[in-house]
Amino acid sequence: MSKESIRTPLGKVRGLGSAKHGAGHFIKQRVSAIALLFLVPWFLISLIGAVRGGYDHALAWLADPINAVLTLLAVGGALYHMRLGMQVVVEDYIGKHSTKNFLLIVNTFICVVLFVAAAYAVLKVAAI
Amino acid sequence: MSDWTDKRPMSPHTSIWKWHLTMASSILHRVTGVGNYLGIFVVVAWLFATAAGPDYYEPLAALTGSIWGQLILFGFTLSISYHLVNGFRHLMMDTGAGYKPKFASFTAALALVVAVMIAVAVWLLSGLVPGVDPLNMTGAA
Repeated sequence: MSKESIRTPLGKVRGLGSAKHGAGHFIKQRVSAIALLFLVPWFLISLIGAVRGGYDHALAWLADPINAVLTLLAVGGALYHMRLGMQVVVEDYIGKHSTKNFLLIVNTFICVVLFVAAAYAVLKVAAI
Repeated sequence: MSDWTDKRPMSPHTSIWKWHLTMASSILHRVTGVGNYLGIFVVVAWLFATAAGPDYYEPLAALTGSIWGQLILFGFTLSISYHLVNGFRHLMMDTGAGYKPKFASFTAALALVVAVMIAVAVWLLSGLVPGVDPLNMTGAA
């Protein structure tokens, strides 16, 4: 039993084992989690205040330098964290190689597009 | 998972596992993580609409202000609240603490209760629910 390898024949032929990135992923997921532990509560409470006064109030809120920087940190941190999280979900449930890789690429694209859109929006309002 | 041909041992599956609290909390953590993934689309849309002008902001505000919009936003609040509270529990457990089965089940239940309390408190205290504003956040006389 102990001598029997659990590696597949194809895996042996390809010579692939661990990708050696597991620990890095684990640490990034948790470091971003620690940042979000502080950023998300601030963002949630601050955003509720911002949405209550209509468009002009929202615009003034976003133009404030502190709000702009913290918003970018919160949204950027969240997107970074969720890219890592969704990667694990895809890797866990999608067995088919091509589908899995396709979804992993889509996941990355979505997060990058959302970040660029958010960064554009915040900088357009706040960086005059 | 019909195309899964891997014969190697895999994690036990839900169909042959007895349900318990820590398992439910783990699944819920992942479900709310995916929920937050969807929810941030609304956040980025709001930021974008704010930058793009009233022509974009007002339709979005009407959408999020509708009854379905409000229900979705409350669900998003719940999802964030749970993922945040249970995420804190995860970080604590990453230090090696809290693995005794009874205590782990207790913190799993506690995270759920605290998360619901936070989400409900945020909505009731912030004046988001019409007619309910105990802290006078909307500034009404």
